[in-house]
Amino acid sequence: MSSVSASEIKKEFLKSKMGIAGIGILVILIAISIGAAVIIPVETFQQWNNPQNWIFYPKTAIPSWINLFMFEKIPEHKILDEPSVSTISLDEISGVSHQFHVNYVYDDFPSDFIYEFTAKYSGSPLLQISVIRPDGSNIKLLSASLPNTDDLVMHNEKIFSTDGTIKKNLFLQSDKFDFSIEGFSAEDIVFSKSTDNVVLKGDYVFLVNLYGVQKENSIVDSTLIVGGKAFGIMGTDELRRDLAVGILWGTPLALFIGIAVAIGSVVMGLVYGVYAGFKGKLTDESMMRFNDVIYALPVLPFLIILAVTISNSIFLMIGFLTIFGWVGIAKVSRSMALQIKTRGYVEASKMMGQKNSKIIFKHILPQLLPYAFASIAISVPAAITTEAGLSFLGLGDPSFPTWGQILHDANTHGAAARGLWWWIVPPGLMIAITGLAFVFLGNALDVIVNPKLKR
Amino acid sequence: MGLKKYLATRGITMFGVLMVTLLLTIILVGSNMDIILKQGITFQVRAEITGDPKISDSFSDPAEFEAFVQDQIEQRVKALGLDTPWYSPQRIGLTMYKILILDFGHATFLTSDSGSSDVKDILLEKLPRTILLFTTATIIISIIGIFLGALAGSKVGSAVDRITSTFAVVSSSFPVWWIGMLMIFLFSFVYQIFPARATPSIPPTDPGYIAALLYHMALPVITIVMIGFGAWAYLVRNFMIGIMQEDFISAKRAMGISQKKIIYGHAIKNAAPPIITILALSLSGSLGGAIITEAVFDWPGMGRLYFEAITVMDLPVIIGATYVLTLFFLISILVADLLYGYFDPRVKTGS
Repeated sequence: MSSVSASEIKKEFLKSKMGIAGIGILVILIAISIGAAVIIPVETFQQWNNPQNWIFYPKTAIPSWINLFMFEKIPEHKILDEPSVSTISLDEISGVSHQFHVNYVYDDFPSDFIYEFTAKYSGSPLLQISVIRPDGSNIKLLSASLPNTDDLVMHNEKIFSTDGTIKKNLFLQSDKFDFSIEGFSAEDIVFSKSTDNVVLKGDYVFLVNLYGVQKENSIVDSTLIVGGKAFGIMGTDELRRDLAVGILWGTPLALFIGIAVAIGSVVMGLVYGVYAGFKGKLTDESMMRFNDVIYALPVLPFLIILAVTISNSIFLMIGFLTIFGWVGIAKVSRSMALQIKTRGYVEASKMMGQKNSKIIFKHILPQLLPYAFASIAISVPAAITTEAGLSFLGLGDPSFPTWGQILHDANTHGAAARGLWWWIVPPGLMIAITGLAFVFLGNALDVIVNPKLKR
Repeated sequence: MGLKKYLATRGITMFGVLMVTLLLTIILVGSNMDIILKQGITFQVRAEITGDPKISDSFSDPAEFEAFVQDQIEQRVKALGLDTPWYSPQRIGLTMYKILILDFGHATFLTSDSGSSDVKDILLEKLPRTILLFTTATIIISIIGIFLGALAGSKVGSAVDRITSTFAVVSSSFPVWWIGMLMIFLFSFVYQIFPARATPSIPPTDPGYIAALLYHMALPVITIVMIGFGAWAYLVRNFMIGIMQEDFISAKRAMGISQKKIIYGHAIKNAAPPIITILALSLSGSLGGAIITEAVFDWPGMGRLYFEAITVMDLPVIIGATYVLTLFFLISILVADLLYGYFDPRVKTGS
């Protein structure tokens, strides 16, 4: 092995298209990681496996950008939590009014609508919900008083479109429709043309009024959900989770796992191999036998057993992957150390009585650095795919949403056979792209370090 | 070093590795296994005693009754040898000895398709299916790989070479199981050509079983081949480049022997040792990777068995499957070494 200086490596590296491509992808991935950490609050991703957190999200919704290519627009799922608020005061009656503007331009009815609110009140205020439709007609949905109380209380309630009162109210207004609305669900009536049962496109205003005699009555929190079959840039999965959150947060996790395992195993293998090669004789022999034993262990079965019996914590997993990752590097660095050992300057420093540790760290290891960097880059993809594979088997750390786990969930819910492509393609593509970045980097470095491959 | 001595050293190392693997497996799984078994016994005993009113009626004092139950549990624990801890030398020794004489015992939870709980029966039923799937795939991969690699290697820098090399690099970073999911999406959802689950739905006794099995095998085989052949072609290409630079090839060229004959007659013959070595290694390596691939396609082989055994902590099956997987891996390493030595005599003499 010839030693290559750092500036030479840089010069050669910039000439390699693969290397540049690798660096390019890596920079994008790091940007995504930083973006994920900034845009998505850490709490959201910690709530990944908490179904409560995703209750307002649609089930297996297709990414909404798909509408750009669709002739018939798929209804988008809307979560509206910023209504325009106004106060009402009529003599002794006072109240608040929340208005939600919904621009409905889709070719299919929404799947449902839900109104959730938290009201602070005393007495028994009246809650009224009505819709002003694009054709100007006003449909009353609900008019009900909140449970009576003498003290000031916080009251949380969800009103579903399947609510019996809404149905009854709609039936009382059946003269507004030219067709018989009997048998239709509430959302199919509210969003329908008055002539026949097809979608009426345009601006809808959902009006929520709370009337009472007390002045302090107010709606603290108010959310209107118009259920649809398309959501966000990545869609959602069977458990209503926003896939964009999982996929974006998976990036820093995958990079962390891959790089940590690669550095760990390369450092371990390098030190082990160089020490064995430098010491030689019996030390070398016994160390290499041990190396052979680890090499012959079936890796995946052992990783599975370790994950099941000890722990599937992500940090321990990194440790386990490192244990199986250093073996090959130790073998190569040993043989390199054997060569370097015989060089004049090493022999000379030995004769001068320098300490072994100093010879190893000062004279041998620096020579192996280019090889080490190439090995780190080459080891990353294997670490990422192995971790993803374990997660895919359901052995991942449940507190972190990794790409492998998203695919595991997809597989257990039969996403492939059900055609839920947005659940399968992005996570796998991210694994492949991340792996590819490091393969490119590793190959580019390898060509520089091993001039034999150059042609 | 003579061949005999070489074989003896290798044999002893292999045996050592096998023992270490089994010991590690027992150490890792043993404690959990004991807890599960003891819980099972407690549950069983309580169910039996409370299910029989005669026994519970004969006790007037609840403390006395509890003591009786405990006594029954202890008797049962002792009968199974669970009173000594799993790490006691007798138990580990006994387990290891039994494995050596190929007595894997009976599975705790799992059974074979024919209903036998004998671990040997289960393994013998699953192993051929895994070998069938992965050997078929590996053979197809190596044939495509060798021809494509030879073609690319003989025309370095050509379009074929560049496409092959790029494909090799790109395909190596794609997880097989993910491609498997995409293939299921494409070929069982979009175009309904192949079944999504690879387990045939008809019983193994049916005469059409073999045909059904082959039909269900198509999608996994295509997937494994698609991901695998690129790396193979790339390896063969690199060997070929090295050989095409050798003097004897230049000599043949000078003698006027056609390029085709040189590549497929002389160069491939010389590239054979490393290729055969890798073939032997990848055959066994694919068995290890079977766990995830079989999970995607639901292929009823060793990999799926292994995973099921670990999820329910069926120790005898885990040990049996680990033993078989390790044995295959070690044998193929040895075969690879021997083949290499046979083709390249320099290795054997240790020079």
